[in-house]
Amino acid sequence: MSDKTTTTDEVVSRLHSGMTLGIGGWGSRRKPMALVRALLRSDLTDLTIVSYGGPDVGMLAAAGRVRKLVTPFVTLDSIPLEPHYRAARESGAFALMEIDEAMFMWGLHAAANRLPFLPVRAGIGSDVMRVNPALRTVTSPYDDGETFVAVPALRLDAALVHVNRADRQGNGQYLGPDPYFDDLFCEAADTAYVSCERIVDTAELTKEAPPQSLLIKRHTVTGVVEAPNGAHFTSCAPDYGRDEAFQKAYATTPWREFAARFLGGGEQAYQSAVREGSWRS
Amino acid sequence: MRDVSRTESTGVDRAESAEVTRAEYCVIACAEAWRDNGEVLASPMGLVPSIGARLARRTFAPDLLLTDGEAMLVAPDGTVEGWLPYRQHLALVTGGRRHVMMGASQIDRYGNQNISCIGDWARPKRQLLGVRGAPVNTLNNPTSYWVPRHSRRVFVEKVDMVCGVGYDHVGDAARYHRIPRVVSDLGVFDFDTPDHSMRPVSLHPGVSPEQVREATSFELAVPDDVPRTRRPTPEELRLIREVIDPGNTRAREVGA
Repeated sequence: MSDKTTTTDEVVSRLHSGMTLGIGGWGSRRKPMALVRALLRSDLTDLTIVSYGGPDVGMLAAAGRVRKLVTPFVTLDSIPLEPHYRAARESGAFALMEIDEAMFMWGLHAAANRLPFLPVRAGIGSDVMRVNPALRTVTSPYDDGETFVAVPALRLDAALVHVNRADRQGNGQYLGPDPYFDDLFCEAADTAYVSCERIVDTAELTKEAPPQSLLIKRHTVTGVVEAPNGAHFTSCAPDYGRDEAFQKAYATTPWREFAARFLGGGEQAYQSAVREGSWRS
Repeated sequence: MRDVSRTESTGVDRAESAEVTRAEYCVIACAEAWRDNGEVLASPMGLVPSIGARLARRTFAPDLLLTDGEAMLVAPDGTVEGWLPYRQHLALVTGGRRHVMMGASQIDRYGNQNISCIGDWARPKRQLLGVRGAPVNTLNNPTSYWVPRHSRRVFVEKVDMVCGVGYDHVGDAARYHRIPRVVSDLGVFDFDTPDHSMRPVSLHPGVSPEQVREATSFELAVPDDVPRTRRPTPEELRLIREVIDPGNTRAREVGA
């Protein structure tokens, strides 16, 4: 069986400007931040980002890498409004497809099932239809005759997700309370890259947790990256919680200054700067 | 406050009303939203609705389901009784056995709600959260709203972006659409009028009809004899103050 282990920088080298990238996690929870940091070190731009948005979106927006965003929200959870996303929106920095949380999920399901759309009872009557004039409705062929939104498939060129454990073949495991939608992101994508806290032998996966925790299947995965603390500063339960102090520093530091201090070097430099803690002052 | 006389005229004992805070009336008003809902998920967003939902569950609505704010369904003592990750939560929403109480940056007379942005959507003056789950919520399960500071900026003539769908926008999609109530720091409101425009159900003790009219941009008929939000029982006060919210976080969300 193929060994899919790779590095964050190698993953990014396989991506191209203009791609549609799905980013897993939810808000400020288990985001593949090491992969996002690698994106920020690259010169990739003109991206379409599909995400239940958190600091992944905020950082890519602040760095001017986003051409279009598909999302139901962008939040840091403990800080409700993402400041860099807000600034980008208020300056009209990119196109936005703003859809409901359930529409978003069904769009991923449609892509995973190779369907052009799925009907959803959400969006009708709301301004989601006004701000997305390309959205179409579909009428039930049965007696009820109800009208639904035909949520288009959110097909991805690549998915980036972060989980707690994975083996070298790409079987990915979450150990926290919520899988979010990371398996769907992988299934909806042509290529998928999984970073994890620790790569373990396949047999180890089910020693630590039951098989229901095996969220991502290897046939949907292109590359596996071992990235300890790779979701930082978002949460990655049970390995670690959100780094609230660092997130606050991120949210209150001007972007250029933050990027210069933390994103100039590689992932090791980032993790050292976080540990060193001079940003706490 | 200028409206002490109102309190007297509606027969509420002054000394008693002085000891129940506005935030505690708000907790009661929120709790009442889930009365007689049966075995459904109560999804409160915000501190006061969370305290209200937990109070309802501990008193008159024991069959309610509640989460820990993440993926677990929990009993009042914290015992996990079920698992509800986001993907299952979304299925529960569309299944309809849920009553959510959301926040609202703007709300209009027909119950349209906005949490997405202020100003023109294409180039917002102020970007807020985004639509989140407001469209799916409002079309699928009862959706109430909580507004901790009732003002003309929140209760507007027309919302800038319809996230939560109101009665005048829902059209043929009204099958499962219902907005049971809006609770603010001033009172309780619903849409049980012929044209589904908002009307006051009760004002909290100490709040005058004039005060509510002034804090609302659209025309709101508030009769002088509008009922008062009921007092918490001694047991409810004990639960709020000693068991559910001993740190008095409710006071942070609603001032005196």
